[in-house]
Amino acid sequence: MPSTLYEKLWQRHLVEDKSGETPLIFVDRHLVHEVTSPQAFANLKFHGRKVYSPERTIATMDHNISTRSADINAAGENAANQLKTLDKNCQEFGVRLYGMGHKNQGIVHVMGPELGLTLPGQVIVCGDSHTATHGAFGSLAFGIGTSEVEHVLATQTLRQNKAKTMKIDIQGSRPLGVSAKDIILAVIGKVGHAGATGYVVEYTGATIAELTMEERMTVCNMSIEFGAKAGIIAPDHTTFEYLKGKEFAPRGDTWLQALNDWQTLHSDDDATFDTVVTIDAQEIKPQVTWGTNPGQVTAINSVVPSPDDFSDAVERDSCVNALQYMDLTPGTKITDIHINNVFIGSCTNSRIEDLRIAAAVVKGKTVSPQVTAIVVPGSYRVKQQAESEGLDEVFKQAGFEWRLPGCSMCLGMNDDKLIAGDRCASTSNRNFEGRQGRGSRTHLVSPAMAAAAAIAGHFVDVNQFAGAK
Amino acid sequence: MEKFIEHTGLVVPLDRANVDTDQIIPKQFLQKTTRTGFAQHLFHDWRFLDDDGLQPNPDFILNQAAYKGASILLARENFGCGSSREHAPWAIQEFGFKVVIAPSFADIFYGNCINIGVLPIVLEEQAINELFTHALQKPLELTANLETMTLTYGDKSYPIELTQFQQYCLKNGIDSVGWTLQSQARIDEFSASLPAWQ
Repeated sequence: MPSTLYEKLWQRHLVEDKSGETPLIFVDRHLVHEVTSPQAFANLKFHGRKVYSPERTIATMDHNISTRSADINAAGENAANQLKTLDKNCQEFGVRLYGMGHKNQGIVHVMGPELGLTLPGQVIVCGDSHTATHGAFGSLAFGIGTSEVEHVLATQTLRQNKAKTMKIDIQGSRPLGVSAKDIILAVIGKVGHAGATGYVVEYTGATIAELTMEERMTVCNMSIEFGAKAGIIAPDHTTFEYLKGKEFAPRGDTWLQALNDWQTLHSDDDATFDTVVTIDAQEIKPQVTWGTNPGQVTAINSVVPSPDDFSDAVERDSCVNALQYMDLTPGTKITDIHINNVFIGSCTNSRIEDLRIAAAVVKGKTVSPQVTAIVVPGSYRVKQQAESEGLDEVFKQAGFEWRLPGCSMCLGMNDDKLIAGDRCASTSNRNFEGRQGRGSRTHLVSPAMAAAAAIAGHFVDVNQFAGAK
Repeated sequence: MEKFIEHTGLVVPLDRANVDTDQIIPKQFLQKTTRTGFAQHLFHDWRFLDDDGLQPNPDFILNQAAYKGASILLARENFGCGSSREHAPWAIQEFGFKVVIAPSFADIFYGNCINIGVLPIVLEEQAINELFTHALQKPLELTANLETMTLTYGDKSYPIELTQFQQYCLKNGIDSVGWTLQSQARIDEFSASLPAWQ
């Protein structure tokens, strides 16, 4: 029977499917960070259980850490306690940890792929909803809760009911200035904030095939933002070229065997999806969110909508609440929205290509006087690469702060947060109320759009900006 | 995990769609290493006017006298979306809620609830509207029963949908890790059969 990629991945990881029980699937890689793991390790200890497979488990520090200092104590006592607890747990259970100051430390979803820990055909989980990022390699990757973290630590498996399948087929060449971030924001706008709940999404089509691996990661990263369990892209030549030679990628004969296997990882031509969505990339323009969920998004040349634009009562109410929180008036041009903060970073947009694009936009220009702008690279490796290319100097000369890697202002668990009334152009993934600080207002955009907004002091179409690609 | 067989309690109607886990428990309260101590911060930014949580917001429904002691939370679609933080259902449970009712839940949140013994009930839009109408008019008590798989009040009854295994785990307070470790031999065999690169 013809199968989708998701069904193939599911089938090859099915450990047990007993009648009356939720199916048990095997987990190849378990990524761990400080915030969602302490209670899981504590329960293992309480029950006297071990980590089933320490070599399949990799931990890093990212959510809580300071981006001003690599000192574990720099983000306050509670954060330090959580970080030290992770360190202790990793030592006690024999789990590899890339902690503060380690050359492999970084945001968990930047670190895994750049080291080749993320491979096609794997099941990858992490106590973080943006784990779908790793689906860019043709792996089934999804976020889990702490009880599930404990379950995976102890058994290397998870109980999962099978999801429905959705194909999002994107065709056509994208216009100038339209990035992977704009593509996924446009997808979320079309499918709706909860439109893929209960589904695993596969992104297909010529537009997706032309994306680099880093761009594919940006697309898959935001799958959770329209409710999807996971987002997958079938591995291809681009995937294999990216992985070849990476630290943890297979080598020699094993690499050749792996390649043979990975080439079978695609949906069969006549496979059936429960839902199919088609999108014309040529219609996509640079995107800016105006509301308090990522589905409340529009094009840069558009205006803030009115509640009357929505026929659905729930969407109308959500619009009313969002406009009030965001302090926006219907009909305001997006380009007339002024901002006072810019954040370039997060597991969505903190990789080297993102930084190159943003640097190209700001090069030789100056950040608008009322704007505070920070760049937070996704990992130490990204930071080093950027510095070797002189990107840090470009940012600093333009008036940006150049920080140490971490999750930073995407969620503001450390001291990188906004205050009430601040308005931020952010390359992160969530514009929820208070996400970047209580009472602060977040507009999600691409790195190029964030960079351009930093210079102009308000949103601008990056295509009308000299220096932009 | 505590067993869930039947619960009767007061409903508090939270008339919002897309309530994300950042609203349920904001990030500044995620720095604990325990499973407790989160209830005091539940819905913090909506519940309190100040950052320290000392001034209750009188307009927020959880602060209203009529709903004091509520143990069933009623909400709109896509409840629990966003971050995977299990701290959200921990906070809900510690605050005293045993049941959450909504027309739809985000997947991770739904699973997290089942795993800690909070019962998530999905009802059709029309039933949700009925419950909101009643609960906003006067105090409404509901009974959720996992023997009969019904949610009832007066002569009204709505079916509770769970998989057979979810029902079994909730009713028996199953330690899911212990349950799966019964299959350890099968997991060992599976693990040994995987190709070297995987």
